[in-house]
Amino acid sequence: MQQQRDAFIANLGRIYGTYTGGFIGFVIFLAILEWLGVPDRIIGYLFVFLTLAVYAGIGIISRTTQISEYYVAGRRVPAVYNGMATAADWMSAASFIGMAGSLYLLGYDGLAFVLGWTGGYVLVATLIAPYLRKFGAYTVPDFLAARYGGNFARLIGVVILFTCSLVYLMGQLKGTGVIASRLLDIPVNYGIFVGLVGILVCSMLGGMRAVTWTQVAQYIVLIIAYLIPVIILSAQKTGVPIPQIMYGQVLQQITELEQQFGIDKPHVQPWVNYDAVNFFALILCLMVGTASLPHVIMRFFTTPSVREARTSVGWALFFIFLLYFTAPAYAAFAKLEIFQNVIGKSVETLEAVQQLPAWVFLYGRIDLVKICGVSAADPQTVFDACRQAGVTTLTFDPTVFSINRDVVVISMPEVAGLPYVIAGLVAAGGLAAALSTADGLLLAMANALSHDIYYKMIDPTATTARRLVVARVLLFVVAALAAYLTITAPAHILKYVAWAFSLAAAGLFPALVLGVLWKNANTPGAIVGMLGGYGVTLFYIVMTNTGAMEPWFGIRNISAAIFGMPVAFVLTWVVSKATTPPPREIQEFVEQLRIPRGPVLMEEARRES
Amino acid sequence: MASPAQMEEYWRKTRNLLVTTLILWFVFGYVVHLFAPVLNGITFLGFPLGFYMAAQGSLIAFVLIIFWYAHRQNRIDQEFGVAED
Repeated sequence: MQQQRDAFIANLGRIYGTYTGGFIGFVIFLAILEWLGVPDRIIGYLFVFLTLAVYAGIGIISRTTQISEYYVAGRRVPAVYNGMATAADWMSAASFIGMAGSLYLLGYDGLAFVLGWTGGYVLVATLIAPYLRKFGAYTVPDFLAARYGGNFARLIGVVILFTCSLVYLMGQLKGTGVIASRLLDIPVNYGIFVGLVGILVCSMLGGMRAVTWTQVAQYIVLIIAYLIPVIILSAQKTGVPIPQIMYGQVLQQITELEQQFGIDKPHVQPWVNYDAVNFFALILCLMVGTASLPHVIMRFFTTPSVREARTSVGWALFFIFLLYFTAPAYAAFAKLEIFQNVIGKSVETLEAVQQLPAWVFLYGRIDLVKICGVSAADPQTVFDACRQAGVTTLTFDPTVFSINRDVVVISMPEVAGLPYVIAGLVAAGGLAAALSTADGLLLAMANALSHDIYYKMIDPTATTARRLVVARVLLFVVAALAAYLTITAPAHILKYVAWAFSLAAAGLFPALVLGVLWKNANTPGAIVGMLGGYGVTLFYIVMTNTGAMEPWFGIRNISAAIFGMPVAFVLTWVVSKATTPPPREIQEFVEQLRIPRGPVLMEEARRES
Repeated sequence: MASPAQMEEYWRKTRNLLVTTLILWFVFGYVVHLFAPVLNGITFLGFPLGFYMAAQGSLIAFVLIIFWYAHRQNRIDQEFGVAED
């Protein structure tokens, strides 16, 4: 078994190389089918079911009956592959589909998301990953319990982990449902269940080990799907297939057209949609939130060494960077297309309306493009609505012309005049992004319940077999709960996802970081700090969102941790100072944590390895 | 295991590296972008420089900072004989 496994690790390059080649071959095969006249819908089905089958297949092959394999993939995932898995774990449906759209709408100010969601990895590499890897935790609350003496700190950790991850998971399930419903032509709620089956088959049998190898496969699909359409478009529009560099020229054209149209919020100008204070507050909250989200942190428990945990963070950010530095190019090409072919066009006659690009009506039919206040389902509708509204020429005013932010990425194949197979590829990439993040979140939550609550707090004498059964049952229960909540939740659930970052940043980050850097941080300090930081953040979000309170200093509640974080740090410090310092064992524990050499510290993990 | 004095020296070096890394992080995460309106007056590879830094420049810097940090920390670990085998 051991030998088999090592042979697998040794051959990873060949295995995933073959897989990548196979995937490209599969796309070419579908392109040939399309050329032969196979209907689009069949191609959509093939994309969904074949990619899902591959992910599930990896999950079944990676099934395990060992606890350390189930929770931390046996700690044998090489740095580069853990980096890829982390990138997939990290990049959600919102990154894949939504981010370029936000950049289209917000211009420079949207780059706060790009900066915040990348810079946080510097904090992960320097403050979090190496130390928690050395500790040998199975979950983030494991560390809190060991450092802050006991199950009360563990319980608070579980509660924070659960709230952050649950809203985030609901966002992913919704994304999965939307994409599956478009590709398969079924209602969104059925789409959610299609995705859920894929997620469960993959994670139930093999836990972290299965999720790891599936996420690597999903990263490969999502990055190919993201890059190909915009590379082709860049070659068409500029003659050079490197969109990330060529969109500099596109930005210049955009700026000229903006002046021509008299648009008062230029794309490249800072702080026209957010003020500077909110821009920087958002960057800080997203960065610290990144370094505190348990489903990301736990990926670094799987590397073979502390040293590899550090480099693995670098690889993770490199693989994330490949998508994030392309997203602004998508936004720029989309804006240019709209400036050149939509804005300034006449809608005075039906013939003129018919001249608008085909993608406008294609996405107008599914309510994603609105002109003169109505969904642009067909030229006649648009013509009537604009005549009634007294609009003769299309302008950039959102009441005259607006697109849903998802359109920027998903319409790119049509804008570039590419065949349906590329649109299917993009959808498969979005599905991979949503599924891989959902996998990680679901596992983080189920592990917190099975390991932290059941094994550590309810039945510490449970046998290995029993623990694995409980882990799998809880995985299923959490999945069902999340699906139920997603289906019944209000439509704007995606908005809540951004709050998860602030809650994690204020609730977990100070306790984790001070636990390593400050030996005198003690149990009462950490507990009061976590509760205080989390409480203030939650209070601010709830109060400003319901309108019961005016925002403080005009800070939007997406950056609520700007208040919660300092509160948590100060409370931890003051209370730790005012009470007795931690016992000698804890101080020695921190010293051991700081040096890479030696076995992992968590006793249970040491026994099992 | 090394002596307590050596361990103290090890942690001092580790902490200095940590502080340097976080300063670099702060410069590329925040300070550079405070000057975005000014930098936008300069053109770089066809981009307004302020926009370029937020869209690509800082991201490249973050990736390099992490690999540089990992390399340096590893050297410190080896110097004090606390690296893994």
